[in-house]
Amino acid sequence: MISLATTTRTVLRGRKLPRSLIGGGLILVISLVMAIWPTLFAPYDPNLFDYNALLAPPSWDHPFGTDSFGRDVLSRVIHAYTIDMQIAIFATVGPFVIGTLVGAFIGYVGGFWEALFGRLVDATVTFPFLVLVIAIVSVLGPGLGNMYVAVGIVGWVFYARLVASEIKVQKRLDYADAGRVMGYTPMRIVFRHLLPNAITPAIVYWMTDMALAILLGSSLGYLGLGAQPPAAEWGVQIADGKNFMNTAWWISVFPGVAIVLTGLGFSLAGDGVAELLRVRR
Amino acid sequence: MPLFSFVIRRLLQMIPTVIFILIVTFVLVRMLPGDPASAMLGDRARDADVNRINHELGLDRPLIVQFFYFAERIATGDLGNSIGLKVSVLSLIMDRLPVTLMLTALSAVIALALAVPLAFVAAFKREKLADSVIRGTFQVGLSMPVFYVGIILLTVFAAQLKLFPVGGYGTTLPDKLYHLFLPALTLALSFSAVLMRNLRASIINVMNAEYVDFATAKGLKSRVILLRHILRNALISTVTLFGLQIGTLFGGAVITETVFAVPGAGRLLIDSIYGRDYPVLQGLTISLAILVSLTFLLTDIIQAWLDPRIAR
Amino acid sequence: MTSSTAQTTMSDGTKGLVVRGLTTTFDTTRGLAIAAADVDFDVAPGEVVGLVGESGSGKSVTLRSIMRLIREPGKVSGRVEWGGRDLVAMPAEELRKVRGGEIAMIFQEPMTALNPVLPIGAQIEENLKAHTALTGSQRRARALELMNIVGIPAAERRLDEYPHQFSGGMRQRAMIAIALACSPKLLLADEPTTALDVTIQDQILKLLLDLRDRLAMSVVLVTHDLGVVAATCDRMAVMYAGRIVETGTVAEVFARPHHPYTRGLLGSVPRSGHSRTMLQSIDGTPPSLTALPQGCAFHPRCSFATEICRTDRPPLDLIGAGRRVACHHHEEVAAAEPIL
Repeated sequence: MISLATTTRTVLRGRKLPRSLIGGGLILVISLVMAIWPTLFAPYDPNLFDYNALLAPPSWDHPFGTDSFGRDVLSRVIHAYTIDMQIAIFATVGPFVIGTLVGAFIGYVGGFWEALFGRLVDATVTFPFLVLVIAIVSVLGPGLGNMYVAVGIVGWVFYARLVASEIKVQKRLDYADAGRVMGYTPMRIVFRHLLPNAITPAIVYWMTDMALAILLGSSLGYLGLGAQPPAAEWGVQIADGKNFMNTAWWISVFPGVAIVLTGLGFSLAGDGVAELLRVRR
Repeated sequence: MPLFSFVIRRLLQMIPTVIFILIVTFVLVRMLPGDPASAMLGDRARDADVNRINHELGLDRPLIVQFFYFAERIATGDLGNSIGLKVSVLSLIMDRLPVTLMLTALSAVIALALAVPLAFVAAFKREKLADSVIRGTFQVGLSMPVFYVGIILLTVFAAQLKLFPVGGYGTTLPDKLYHLFLPALTLALSFSAVLMRNLRASIINVMNAEYVDFATAKGLKSRVILLRHILRNALISTVTLFGLQIGTLFGGAVITETVFAVPGAGRLLIDSIYGRDYPVLQGLTISLAILVSLTFLLTDIIQAWLDPRIAR
Repeated sequence: MTSSTAQTTMSDGTKGLVVRGLTTTFDTTRGLAIAAADVDFDVAPGEVVGLVGESGSGKSVTLRSIMRLIREPGKVSGRVEWGGRDLVAMPAEELRKVRGGEIAMIFQEPMTALNPVLPIGAQIEENLKAHTALTGSQRRARALELMNIVGIPAAERRLDEYPHQFSGGMRQRAMIAIALACSPKLLLADEPTTALDVTIQDQILKLLLDLRDRLAMSVVLVTHDLGVVAATCDRMAVMYAGRIVETGTVAEVFARPHHPYTRGLLGSVPRSGHSRTMLQSIDGTPPSLTALPQGCAFHPRCSFATEICRTDRPPLDLIGAGRRVACHHHEEVAAAEPIL
């Protein structure tokens, strides 16, 4: 039987970390650092208006230029790491946990619950995720908190589906039978033994989900349904600059680059984790 | 013909799904806060007036009764009238939905045109430079938010280079396609990335299959082998993916229509959510859900046509 | 001494297949794997030659190398003469015409060798389309004819059916019909009966012999089953660790094997009707293709091995008409107690 501790140890034993994991991990670490200590890196206050430098192009003073209020774009992009990394984590951790728990239950118990869940999955997975989230947010009112709720209501299904099918597979393996024979309670079997093995695809999905969460969060920010101006969030910034694309492209372009880089970081890290864990299986 | 009975079977299976969709839509829309009467009359409406309108709209009857009226009206194609625009919901949807359909269809075509050849190149030059470049470029494209790609394409190709119109819709078919090209390209970028990734893996699986060796041993031309043997088998799993991506595609269409000011169902959806226009919201949700089911049916049929093992 | 510059010209002037020095290597992470080395053998028109050996002996690789079906990182060198041309050096377009049109190949597992999404009829017809100028209806007629020849009942209906709708034996027959659509002069058969039931095996082998007569075709039959060799082959070549170690007619080799490995193979075939004896197996396992032993590749497992076997690789010597063996002690081996 494989416990969580043993799993972690065996995963890393004697194996080179994949390059994608190193690259992705590096980007993520930098992103986290900027998110936690933005003031260390940002040259200006992100909300400071400078009426002498409105719509200024990139220069030594303002490497990313300024926007229509004279705010330094670079500082705003850096401060936005805080909100957007928060989005990546908060919008995914809830679905991850809830989905894993529900998925473990459904995978182990099967039967009627599985059939019911199957229908729910069909309905959720096919419907446009963005539209569902927008609908829920517009009902609850705009803002990040409500966005997390909206994503939570719908997002857990994806994790549950992955974990349920993995638990189903693990359940049939010999070591699960051994546990039953030894009289372990189902809870113990599921949590200490099946789940550590079954959770792998959920973890990999979580990394890509975080990249998707940033895309979703910034989309909502762009539409005015997520983070609210004057908050520094990449989507909001892009919306701020969309009317100035011909004259002051830097307002929208640089925040987009940040989105892409961070998204790539999560994707690479996800690929790396997948590679690392796949070899073991 | 096994294919024909397969289609009939799946169409019949759609019926309970459609009923389920109707019930869910009905319930959800009724659960939205604020009632249509207040929305119509405004915040300062008097209670008596609100009650009167609610009675007229049949909103004070028991829910089950309301549902039957609802289902009856749907069956006759009466989706009600838009609260904000004062026209029939059906006419609104008939106006806007084809636009979105054309947008998504065009972007699917562009996405396939991008994904299929590049997936082949990436698969055949696996682990070499060309493969990494292709995969890397698509990965970057996948990480770009749709609205970001949209406004960049809009600025560069429409506003600056003036190669395309700055949004809107056309009148004749070629004109419409011309207007929709940039929005479709925007959508196609991330869609093609997902397709390419899947197709590449599929091709790699297939190209080492023994039947490819057998086909080579028969002395077939490489074009025949590529298309009839490799692509046809590799597409099977990608077709399923295609269907699953419809939801994401529509979500992207919503944003793209906003960026490019295209008068499609996506924008209508956003507007009706903002404006609490329940009849429109309801009608759109039902139409959307039915469309998604139909798309699934279509991908299932294509899959069964490609892979005869499925239709049994 | 292996000197075979003379071509094998048959009595009617047509040449068969002449393989000289065929060598196939794979550049793997663990080093260079030599899957086949200096393979020499001949196939006369109308002959059935058996290529025998354990898994990993190089027999399938040899077959695929003849057709140039070896993928990167494999490399094929040597000479394969067919119809006056060298298949190894031939340009791709010319080779394409030879494949299917003059030389055909069938595989071990028909379920994986047949395209699952195309009907059998279509797979036959595409072979015809690639090499003949028949019209659509002519192709269909020919496909029907082929299905009948290989013994598939209800052929007309089955032309439009898919591989998964056929049973194992029928699938193998279908594969044969597809491969032989253009009446090739040489059939390369890679373990065609290994995946089949014993009763079906017999039928398929009979079918192959029948087709050999009908189409005046030669056959190279790769197998690990000596029973199959005894039943169908005229001549045989035994391979070990990528090299040919013994050749001759089936009768000659079975009666008096000159190579210890051949002896071992013959000894390990269960026999009926005799007093019960232990099944003789050959001690040890075949060597890794990336780490072949010095000298004779078989010496670690050989009961006749001496010092010279450890240092010098024995060349494939001609010891009689069409009879070759690669062993320093082959006379001793031949003189030992007969096995069969």
